[in-house]
Amino acid sequence: MEPLFESLIEIVRRTSAEIPDDVQRGILAALENEKKDTIAENAMKIIERNIALAKEKSQPLCQDTGSVLFYVDCPVGFDQVTFEETARAAVTEATKRGYLRQNSVDSLTGKNDGTNVGPGAPAFHFHQHRGDQLEVRLMLKGGGCENVGAQYSLPYTPLKANRDLDGCRRVILDAVQQAQGKGCGPGILGICIGGDRATGYERSKTQFLRMLDDRNDNADLDALEQDILSTANKLGIGPMGFGGNTTLLGVKICAANRVPASYFVSISYMCWAFRRHGAKLDGVGEIQEWLY
Amino acid sequence: MTELKTPITEEQVRSLKVGDQVTISGVVFTGRDAVHKYLHEGGELPEGVNLEGGIIYHCGPVVQQDENGEWHVTAAGPTTSIREEPYQADIMKKFGVRGVIGKGGMGPKTLAGCAENGCVYLHGIGGAAQVLAEHITKVRNVYFKEEFGSPEAIWELEVEGFPAVVTMDSHNESLHADVAAASQAALEENL
Repeated sequence: MEPLFESLIEIVRRTSAEIPDDVQRGILAALENEKKDTIAENAMKIIERNIALAKEKSQPLCQDTGSVLFYVDCPVGFDQVTFEETARAAVTEATKRGYLRQNSVDSLTGKNDGTNVGPGAPAFHFHQHRGDQLEVRLMLKGGGCENVGAQYSLPYTPLKANRDLDGCRRVILDAVQQAQGKGCGPGILGICIGGDRATGYERSKTQFLRMLDDRNDNADLDALEQDILSTANKLGIGPMGFGGNTTLLGVKICAANRVPASYFVSISYMCWAFRRHGAKLDGVGEIQEWLY
Repeated sequence: MTELKTPITEEQVRSLKVGDQVTISGVVFTGRDAVHKYLHEGGELPEGVNLEGGIIYHCGPVVQQDENGEWHVTAAGPTTSIREEPYQADIMKKFGVRGVIGKGGMGPKTLAGCAENGCVYLHGIGGAAQVLAEHITKVRNVYFKEEFGSPEAIWELEVEGFPAVVTMDSHNESLHADVAAASQAALEENL
C-alpha cells in the first residue's frame, strides 16, 4: 500500500497548507467588502497574506491543525481495515514532517505522545457505494471553531424558538451571536436539523464538504441558508469579532429524520482557515484528480 | 502604529487605547491552558522565566527541531483566550505581566485585572499562523515540554514587529463587550 501511504500524506499536506479555491474566493470577496483602513480590513489583509504564505512555504495555514477527519467513499468490499492502518501511519509521518502539529492528547492523563494517533484519532467515516470509485476527503478542524459549535433542543423558550423553521432560524442566529469572534470569523456554518444528538453533529460537519458557493436543492433550506447568511452579516460582528461587514462566508444546512419526541438543531462552526481537500484515487492508491 | 518593546512599562500600557494597532518586539512567553491552570494552583515559574513587564502569548506553536538541536517555529497564531478567564487576572497580578496576546477577547474579570494591574489585551489574527511565525525570529528556550506536551509548553520566543490590535485596555474598555452589545441589539431587530 505504498502509493496509498504517500497519497494520504500529500492529502494531509495540501489540506493543512492550501486553502481550497472556493473558500479563497469567498475570503477575497469579504476583503473587498470591508471598509477601508479599519482593523477589520487589516485583519482580512493579514488573512489573505497568510493564505499565500502557507501555500508558498507548504506549512500549516493555522498552527491548530485540528481534529483529523477522514471521509471515504469506497466500493463495496473495500478493505477499510488496511486503509485505517495506512492512514494512521500517514498521519504520524505527516506530523514528523511538520504538516500537522503534535495535536492529540490523552484525555485522562493529559499526555501528548506526538503521533496524532489514539482512540478516535484520526476519525474515519466510510461510505460504501456500488461504483468502483475511491474518493478520500479530509477535514482538519481546529479547536477554536469546534468550541463554539452548539446544539439546541427545540422548543427553546429563552429564544422563543418553536419546532419550525423560524425556531431553527432563531437558534442558529443565537449561535452566531454567542460565537462572536471566538471561532476565527468570518466563519462558515454547517447545520443539521433533526437526527439524534450524535448524528446531528456528524451530519452538520459533512455540510462542510459542499462547495462554498453551491445552492441547496431543497427550496426551504436554500431560503433559510440565504436568510441566515444575510442576517448574520447585518450583526456587525465582523472578521475576528472586530466589528465589520462579514461575519459569515457561508451557511450550509441539511435535514435528517428525527423521532417525534426530539427536535435538535446541531450547528458546527468552521473558521476562515477552512481546511478540507479530497482526491479520487485509483486501485493502487495513486491520486487521479483533486476534488476541490 | 505603536511600537512596543519588552519589558513594557506601566506608563506605556496606560497610554494604549482600544483600537490601537501595535507591533511587538522583544521576548514573549507562550502559555495556554495547562500553564495557566498550573500557575493558578500555586505552581512556580521555571527558572529562567521572568514575566515582570513581560508578555504572555496564548499560543501552541508548531515547532520543528533541526539536526543541531535548534528549534524553529513554523506556525504560530494565537489560540482562543477565553479559556484562561478564570486564571488570567490573578496571574497578571502575581507575576507582573503587562501584556496578554491571544484571540477572541476575554471577560470582565480579566478586564478588571487589566485596569487594576496596568495590563493590556493584544488581539492577534487568529489562524494567521504563517504571517505571525515570520515575526518570530528565534526560539530561546522551552520549559515544561515533557510535562505538558509541545503545544502546551512555555516557549520563550524572540519577536520582531509582531502585529496586534489592542481590544481590551487598562481603562475598562473592551471592544469585545462593545461589539457583543451592538450585535445583540442588531439581532433583536432582525428576529
